[in-house]
Amino acid sequence: MKLLYFAWVRERIGKAEEEIAIPAGIETVSDLIAWLAARDEGGARAFNEPEVIRAAIDRTHASHDMPLAGAQEVAFFPPMTGG
Amino acid sequence: MITVRIQREPFDVQAEATLLTAGATDVGALVTFTGLCRDEGGRLLALELEHYPGMALEEITRIAEETEARFELEGLTVIHRHGLVAPGEQIVLVLAAASHRRAALQAADFMMDYLKTRAPFWKREHLTDGTLGDWVQASAADDLDAARWQRDETS
Repeated sequence: MKLLYFAWVRERIGKAEEEIAIPAGIETVSDLIAWLAARDEGGARAFNEPEVIRAAIDRTHASHDMPLAGAQEVAFFPPMTGG
Repeated sequence: MITVRIQREPFDVQAEATLLTAGATDVGALVTFTGLCRDEGGRLLALELEHYPGMALEEITRIAEETEARFELEGLTVIHRHGLVAPGEQIVLVLAAASHRRAALQAADFMMDYLKTRAPFWKREHLTDGTLGDWVQASAADDLDAARWQRDETS
């Protein structure tokens, strides 16, 4: 699964993207956020306030309770500030 | 007709308006909204707009399709810039064409409200003292602006 990070999430985790094999027991967006937060220091910095993090699965906005099954690309980013 | 573009370059508002209404005989109203970069009281040298290239075009197109259907538009053009934008320069363009003014005015307002809260773009401040500033924080007012269209649906 490809993971993408944007804006301050990208800066805090220290990379724009990575490829991971999804660990056993990780079923939802929320599970993945918790796993990334526990994985290393960058993850902890990026995801220390999980409730503010927005996610997209395969380029569509996704809530934290959405299942990851079948997802190819998951993106994490702060609330959007375009326009 | 829906046109959506994400680009680094500035856009030509008049050329886009002419293109959108070319040959149209049932467009009685064309609303043009242009979002510009402010200097925030002299603090900002520029705004840097980061985006999610794979998703931005798709998401803005989804919002544009919803806008066109909801307000029965004759045409809609949305252009969003990315990269460095200096104060006074353009950030976003929304052109809404409809038979009557209310639909065009409301459509441009709706499109901007949803674009601000759903299009995957993030602004970062570059300061006049040459340093990199903070990421712009999402505003709760923008969420409320978008939410009022949902209340309207149920009233």
